[in-house]
Amino acid sequence: MRSYRFRKLENRIMISLAYVALVIALIPLASILIETISNGLSAMSFSLFFEEIPPLGQSGGGIGPAIQGTLIVVALASIMGVPIGVFSGIYLAEFRQSRIASVARFLNDVLTNVPSIVLGIFGWVLVVVAIGWSVIAGAVALAIMMIPIVTRTTEEAIKLVPVNIREAAIALGVPRWKTTLTVVLSSAKKGIATGILLAVARISGETAPLLLTILGSRFWFSGFTQPTAALPLTIFNFSQSPFRTVDLPRAWGASLILIFIVLAINIIVRYATREKYG
Amino acid sequence: MNAHRKYPNFLSKFKTASRKKLSGDSAFKIIVMLIACNIFLIIGLMIFKIAQNSWLSIQTYGINFLWGTTWQPFPPNPSTPPSFGALPLIWGTLVTSAIALFLGVPISLGISLALSEFAPRSFNYVISFFVELLAAIPSVIYGLWGIIILIPFLQNNVFPYAQTVLGFLPFFQGTIRGSSVLTGGIILAIMIIPTISAISRDVFAAVPSSQREAIIALGATRWEKARIVMRYGRSGVIGAIMLGLGRAVGETMAITMVIGNSFNMFTSLFEPGSTLASIVANEFTEASSPPVYISALMEVGLILFALAIVVNASARLVIWRSTRKIKEVEMF
Repeated sequence: MRSYRFRKLENRIMISLAYVALVIALIPLASILIETISNGLSAMSFSLFFEEIPPLGQSGGGIGPAIQGTLIVVALASIMGVPIGVFSGIYLAEFRQSRIASVARFLNDVLTNVPSIVLGIFGWVLVVVAIGWSVIAGAVALAIMMIPIVTRTTEEAIKLVPVNIREAAIALGVPRWKTTLTVVLSSAKKGIATGILLAVARISGETAPLLLTILGSRFWFSGFTQPTAALPLTIFNFSQSPFRTVDLPRAWGASLILIFIVLAINIIVRYATREKYG
Repeated sequence: MNAHRKYPNFLSKFKTASRKKLSGDSAFKIIVMLIACNIFLIIGLMIFKIAQNSWLSIQTYGINFLWGTTWQPFPPNPSTPPSFGALPLIWGTLVTSAIALFLGVPISLGISLALSEFAPRSFNYVISFFVELLAAIPSVIYGLWGIIILIPFLQNNVFPYAQTVLGFLPFFQGTIRGSSVLTGGIILAIMIIPTISAISRDVFAAVPSSQREAIIALGATRWEKARIVMRYGRSGVIGAIMLGLGRAVGETMAITMVIGNSFNMFTSLFEPGSTLASIVANEFTEASSPPVYISALMEVGLILFALAIVVNASARLVIWRSTRKIKEVEMF
């Protein structure tokens, strides 16, 4: 038997190590946030938001098309992905015992974990081969990335709806499908909205699928079948630039806008669902 | 409960008027089922299309693709055909993921133990939030931060020191470069920490409190209690680690930006390299001809897809079995 003093010492050391691990993990977070905010703020200007992207190494201009492109691609992806995701979630929750549902749930997990670059390749073989580098191809790739997230959170949100609400509706003679679409959905809407928001935050920051589908561009949006710019792609392109003094500030500016969108969504979601964790 | 829910259906057998409602239900069921079945279409099409497009490369290089070590889309001598082999990419993926796990797992376990066993609850909530933020930051921003902050820092402060201490190992010899396999592994470690620590925290939280109470009653210290909790949640933690591995294997942008992108069968971790994901991100848009070039990149994607599915499916299996075990024990 080890002595009490040794055990006490070991206890202290191990607990401090756990806290040290916590601090080590938070250093990169702090560093990323501080660098992005300080470098990004100094790159902020009116023209950054509203002017076309200059070629690498050229001063002036902004990242307007990238902001516009991200908004368009993410909106289009959501229009495609959200309904499919929500209805798949309804199916998985409402008919959860069926064999199809359990296979679909498994495939959904598989799709969640498909590397993002593979989704890019898929968008390429599915859409780019047919109509060329385009907004639509990017939106398809992002929608496929979004579907499993929305499906999963919708399913979980519907499962949390108390049975007695459902029973009350059915007791009033409301058919089951109507119960699901009105009573159940409206009591699960907060959870579903959370899932959709998190999925939007996730796809707004994705680069790899866009790299192979919308290709990137320096100009304003010019149609759904044309290549377009997007914030993550712009960050990537500027970061590869040999003209660091000119292009890196723009990369940081784009990062600040992107990180602001993503973190704002995450904080809103966290704030809206806080009572769950108490 | 269930009997109650079925009651209206049971009644409806006796009411002719409700036939319309019933058909509404079955129509609804069919519609949502069809939408949910999209997932079969997506996965099926994904496997089929990617396999179809990599068929040319599979036919040309066969199984040798997996251990070939040349990557020459445009050979110096134009009369020789281009040749492709993926071994250095697989090696790069394995080594960077291994570094990520080696550095990331102890830190993640420390975090999840601190959160579930040591820290007070109020603190817990704030810190979990910050750890989750780490997961929310887009990977391209990790890459930018890696290029501008992490690479110079490691190159000037950490790598020379690592070489003087560990230089007797072949992995730490040779010229030190900032854009290297080791930097790639370190950035992956940062990126998988939130995944592993969030899941293992949940696993630890699911360990029944009777286990903790029993060991405390025997006079254990808090660390000894934590050890019992870890042993109890062992298989769940393994699952969490494997999910982290899945994330590391598939991670693309951040690693493309810091690994140096050279097709290289490296031995020293200070050399630049490539992973399965990074070569696709890096070369795909420029690979217009020859057709076998695109096909080879597709096959790389297919290997990555298969690897990610195997890793993640086994992770799910392990987690599923461990939570089932915990639930079974809770019933007693």
